[in-house]
Amino acid sequence: MSPTSIFAPLSTPAESIFELSILVLAIAAAIFLVVAALLVYSVVKFRRKRNDDGREPAQVYGSLQVELAWTITPVIIVLVLFLASARVVFAVQDAPRTKDSLEVTVVGHQFWWEYRYPGLKVVTANELHVPVGTRTFLNLLSADTDHSFWVPRLAGKTDLIPNHPNGTWIEPRETGLYLGQCAQYCGTQHAKMLLRVYVDSREDFDRWARQQAAAARDDGRVAGGRRVFEQTACINCHTVSGTAANGRFGPDLTHLMSRGTLGAGVVSNTPENLRAWIRRPDDFKPGSLMPPMGLSESQLDAVTAYLSTLQ
Amino acid sequence: MATTDVGWIDAGTRPRPLVDRLQDWVTTVDHKRLGILYVGYGLLFLVIGGIEATILRLQLVRPHNGFVSPQVFNQMFTMHGTTMIFFVAMPLVFGFANYLVPLMIGARDMAFPRLNAFSFWLTAFSGLFLYFSFVGGFGLYGAGTAPDVGWFAYAPLTSKTFSPGHSTDYWTLALLVSGFGSIGTAINIIATIASMRCPGMTLGKMPLLVWLNLVMASLVILAVSPLTAAQIMLLVDRYLGGHFFDTQAGGSAVLWMHFFWVFGHPEVYVLVLPAFAFASEIIPVFSRKAMFGYPVMVAATVAIGFISMSVWAHHMFTVGMTSAGNTFFVLTTMAIAVPTGIKIFNWLATMWGGKIYFKAPMLFCIAFLFQFLIAGLTGVMMSSAPFDWQLGNSYFVVAHFHYVIVGGILFCIFAAFYYWYPKVTGRMYSEALAKLHFWLFVIGFHLTFDSMHVPGLLGMPRRIYTYEPGRGWDTWNFLTTVGVVFQAAGVLAFVFNLVRSYVRGRPAGNDPWDAWTLEWSTTSPPPEYNYATVPVVKSRRPLWDLKHPEDPDWKYE
Repeated sequence: MSPTSIFAPLSTPAESIFELSILVLAIAAAIFLVVAALLVYSVVKFRRKRNDDGREPAQVYGSLQVELAWTITPVIIVLVLFLASARVVFAVQDAPRTKDSLEVTVVGHQFWWEYRYPGLKVVTANELHVPVGTRTFLNLLSADTDHSFWVPRLAGKTDLIPNHPNGTWIEPRETGLYLGQCAQYCGTQHAKMLLRVYVDSREDFDRWARQQAAAARDDGRVAGGRRVFEQTACINCHTVSGTAANGRFGPDLTHLMSRGTLGAGVVSNTPENLRAWIRRPDDFKPGSLMPPMGLSESQLDAVTAYLSTLQ
Repeated sequence: MATTDVGWIDAGTRPRPLVDRLQDWVTTVDHKRLGILYVGYGLLFLVIGGIEATILRLQLVRPHNGFVSPQVFNQMFTMHGTTMIFFVAMPLVFGFANYLVPLMIGARDMAFPRLNAFSFWLTAFSGLFLYFSFVGGFGLYGAGTAPDVGWFAYAPLTSKTFSPGHSTDYWTLALLVSGFGSIGTAINIIATIASMRCPGMTLGKMPLLVWLNLVMASLVILAVSPLTAAQIMLLVDRYLGGHFFDTQAGGSAVLWMHFFWVFGHPEVYVLVLPAFAFASEIIPVFSRKAMFGYPVMVAATVAIGFISMSVWAHHMFTVGMTSAGNTFFVLTTMAIAVPTGIKIFNWLATMWGGKIYFKAPMLFCIAFLFQFLIAGLTGVMMSSAPFDWQLGNSYFVVAHFHYVIVGGILFCIFAAFYYWYPKVTGRMYSEALAKLHFWLFVIGFHLTFDSMHVPGLLGMPRRIYTYEPGRGWDTWNFLTTVGVVFQAAGVLAFVFNLVRSYVRGRPAGNDPWDAWTLEWSTTSPPPEYNYATVPVVKSRRPLWDLKHPEDPDWKYE
């Protein structure tokens, strides 16, 4: 079973689309069967026979009745499909916000996702957490080029376009991890701009949000690593709350270790991978905008140790 | 010029020097020679675009493959798309129109022969210019050379910020110049059809091919003009400090999308109408019946022309238009299925009750009918905006439009090659090789493009240079790549057939198919002046009237 199949929806908008798609598919299949059968029949039945007498067949120039029949029938089919589609367009696009609905701002970057929860004072990257059974409205912005948010089992895709705010929403039925990826070509590493959406139970989500809203842990044992971090260009692009690092060009690292993956879903978040990523991001994601910082082996160890404490 | 009327002093003993003969080709204003130049040029780029597609498919044969870098992959899909649309499909379509339209309306040339040559050479040089980017340009972050912004080059990826260097300039200038070439040829086709028809050929008696090319040329003017304008706007943005598409300075990325797709969707019909035109000539001849419902076919064509100008934003269902806006484009897009459906039914009705000859042109047309039916139905699926929110920009779309362009248009173009090859060269092609080509290509086509639908349904977006395992995409991508081998072998058989038959084919005679339109009444190849005396027609099938004086068409029309 594909974790990204559009035919396995588990969220309201994706389910509405799925129901419509079954109707559309059924009608398309019926038309295909009828017309393909006619084609096969005429090819077999009207092929030139071996004992053909060489005379031309009767010349038929047309028939108004027949033309009318195969004009009106498609018109009716089109009307049905149109009305069914329009109903879902309005139902999904103009869905009202509910009292308990959650707002998340999604900012697309080359080549990662920024998530901001204005009501909860949470900022995170690449792994979206939402509560189950709740409508979460996603306000879609872009910091650079066009992107598209597509998690097939939760909703259809909506583009993130600079200077053109968009929105979409999800309402997941079951907890779990949902996968997707950027669906609008956005540059060199469009392919590795993966989406991970964790649908948590209400309690898990609240616990996660409280933990994310807290300041970064300050562990004296890794003060050396922190010093390297703060004295390197890292801080121009990354934020770690409570430190000098307040860049917004790259992902917020305040709770880096609470995330399962690095580099927008490219590789699992282990200390070895983290160290290798810092050494040369291009080894995982050639064309990523994070440059290799040219750190020495001991500096790499220290920074990795420091970042590994950011729970 | 060269072929028939020059060199009577020592004809056959001493061929004219190669340089002279080449000069004839470069300086020619003969519609037939320009048609052949267009077609030859399109075939050359078909091979180049095919090689690019092969590179894409080799990279995607398995997850996490490392055949090419992401930068190269992005250049390849950009160049593949741009090449196939602007330097393969358009030249092939224009080439056939150039060659056939004057012959079929009993004219001796196009209305503006020198504009014709000018337009061809604009197109030719713009293609060369685009490919010069491989040595002359710089891509995103200085990473590449050829353009790598995708064939629809969405803003703001094309801005100086995200695309420094000159690769995007090569793309935009190539399209600007080829746009002028296309508009020139389109004006020429319209003027030719409007003013050069032979006596008796009223609009209602024109062959369907001519009608469809008339609508095609009108669409070119309406569609290519905005694209050309948009290229100028993009250049203003990049070099003169304009902000049309510069989102960092208040410009609009969505504006570019509108400009591009108001070209892009009519463009599909620019390409598919000539394909319909070939089918509308070939199916009747090989079914031995008059076209069923000629007036309805004309009406459906004109209707497609009009409706096609109002459907462009179905490429933009995911960019956040209002629900009312989305609904409007759902309706217009679905509406275009009606005249298209009428055409399919009329072709079927033409075959109905006929005596079908399974020569190569007809085989390709039958496959076209089957594949175009599927392409149309997947199109209807995506015209339903909510369904498109899932399918849009996925591999399902890629499969759909390749079904249209390869399964529909290219199959008809192959049919046209075989159908008119004897007329153009005076030689018959090898039917056995043509059938080999057909079966290889049918197998390859279905292996590649049937398989390609599935990963789209399973969430695979287009334009990714690699993908994660475990998403159910692996097998389908593997099959898609395997199909390339068969398609390439088919094209090889095709090109070999064209070349070999030119030398070794048996003489074809004027009218090898016992056909009914004017071009079959002159010699093969036609003389430079086409017709010694200007023909006079009384019906849509002048040669039928000639062959069946006891029962001519004009009694019934």
